[in-house]
Formats: sequence, C-alpha cells, structure tokens
Amino acid sequence: MSESTTIWVIIVAMGLGSFGLRFLFLGVIGDREMPEWVLRHLRYTAVAVLPGLVAPLVLWPSATGGQPDPARLVAAVVTLGVGYVTKNVLAAIFSGAGTLFLGLYFF
Amino acid sequence: MASYWDRSTFWRGFRDGLPFVLVVGPFGMLFGVVATEAGLPLVQVMSFSIVVIAGAAQFTALQLMADNAPTVVVIASALAVNLRMAMYSASMTPHLGPLPAWRRALVAYSLVDQSYALSVMEYEKRPEMTLAQKTSYFAGVIAPVLPNWYLATLVGALVGQSIPGSFALDFAVPITFLAMIGPMLRTKAHVAAAVVSVVSALLFAFLPWNLGLIVAGIAGMMTGAFVELRTENKDMT
Repeated sequence: MSESTTIWVIIVAMGLGSFGLRFLFLGVIGDREMPEWVLRHLRYTAVAVLPGLVAPLVLWPSATGGQPDPARLVAAVVTLGVGYVTKNVLAAIFSGAGTLFLGLYFF
Repeated sequence: MASYWDRSTFWRGFRDGLPFVLVVGPFGMLFGVVATEAGLPLVQVMSFSIVVIAGAAQFTALQLMADNAPTVVVIASALAVNLRMAMYSASMTPHLGPLPAWRRALVAYSLVDQSYALSVMEYEKRPEMTLAQKTSYFAGVIAPVLPNWYLATLVGALVGQSIPGSFALDFAVPITFLAMIGPMLRTKAHVAAAVVSVVSALLFAFLPWNLGLIVAGIAGMMTGAFVELRTENKDMT
C-alpha cells in the first residue's frame, strides 16, 4: 500500500468512525423514550466531559512542555470565575484572554 | 412537511456561535499548517477537516502518522479521542431525537464541542423551546463555525508558515471551554460532577488513547445523577 493510499484509508476510517460515534444515540434511539435514570445521567454530560477535557490542558500546557505555567493558570481561574458569576460566555472569554496576555507579559 | 425553521431562534444561535469563529479559526489554520508541513497534499488536508471535523482527533492522527505508528493504531487512537462525541450524541437525543433520520444525520455530522455545549446550555435555560426552535438554534450556532473551520484549514494549508508562538494560541481552546463551563455550574450536582471530572481526568491521565477522559466523563455523570437524586430526596422528607 502506498503512503498516499494509507492516508486515505485513515481519513475515510476516521470520518466513518467519528460520524458513527456522533450518530450512535441520535440515530438509534431517536424518538424512543429513555428511562429516567439514563436521562438523569445525561443531564450531566457536559459538566462531566468538558472540565475533564480542559483540566490537563490547563495544568500541563503543551506550549511549555507540560510545565505548569502561572500566566495560563491565572487566566484559567479568571475565565471560569467570570463565566460562573456573569453567566456570560463572551465576557468570560475576553477576561480570560486579556488576563493571559497580561500574564505572559508580566511573568 | 413539518417546518423546523424558526428565524429569530436561528439568528440567536448564529450570534451565540459567532465568537467561536475566533477560536475555531486559529485552530483550523494550525491544522492546515501542521498537516501541510507533515507532507500531506492539499486535497488530503482538506478531506481531513471536511470528513472528520474534530481538531483534537486530527492532530492525534497527524502526530501518530509522523511517529510511523501502524495504521490501525492511528485510527483507533484518533477515534478514542472522539469517544466523547458518543456521550454528546446521547445527551442531544432527548432534545433532537424526534427529527427525521436525515436531519438527525446532519446534526450528528455537525456535532462538535462548541455546537454541543452552546445548544445544551440554551435548551436547559429555556425548557419551553419547541423542536423547531431547538433545531434552528443548533443550525444557527453551526452556521458560522463550520464553514470557518474548512476555510481556516485551507488558509493554513496555503499560507503554510508557522503562527508566532507568542500568540499563545494553544490556550484559545481551554479558555473557550472554561468560559462555557462557568455558566453551566447551576446546581450543587453540576459543581460536584465538574469537580469529580477534573480530579478523575488528572488521576487517569496516564491511560492511553485519551481513555482517562472517558473515565472522567462517566464518573462525573454518575456523581451528578447521584447528587441530584439525594437533593431531591432531601426536599421530599
């Protein structure tokens, strides 16, 4: 198999696989009623996945070779705090980005 | 034919999705640059972003391909990074499950971190939304984000020079996720789920194929459900 063919195989397999994962429940369950205990768990999907996704990125950023970085840590705390208090995603993004740039400048 | 179009809700979604162009843009561009530098021809770089639309999985695949990992390992690892999409799919089903199959397929194709997180936040904030409004909101969010992902990949592939490291673009993704998590922490159950998720993700970070995140996701969901049940029971007695 040539290298180009291998890459096409990877692209197609990843495309089909990713779509399969995204369609898994939407497609198969669709309009059918789900039991209350399942729904109860699903209500927490977002808060159970997204924090776990960012935690390692915040604590061990790849840009610093995995070393904790004060500017990024402070920016993360400010972003989360502003988002929690104001409930405003945009305000949180801009406060966090502003803090990060100030932090990178000073630290 | 039933209508799934609600104009004002679509535009509200569009406005909410618009800022994420600032995040998805640099991320897609970076993929275009890195993939081109890894030696992929333009048609393959673009196919990656159009067929897969999952930045983290695409970077994982590139990294493993550069390390000459076996094809099966490349595919399995990249898909493991995307396992969370199955959880998003399950979480969206109570809201968008009643759509016709081909519309559900379109939703599935465009189910990414940003469209999922913004939509689920909106559905929880306004439980009275109709199916048409929920669908229109989702479409509105994705409308500015998705084309920008393709376009940014193209620009990155064509420009092909590295973005200066001093921009700290690596942190654009964590900041937007954190900004979305803040408003989601509405109850004790949500906070508990988030805390358990963070602790488990860090504890199980050593697991291969990003499986630590799946452990964290399941542990977080169980915590949220448990705390919610306990709070309810306490209210009743």
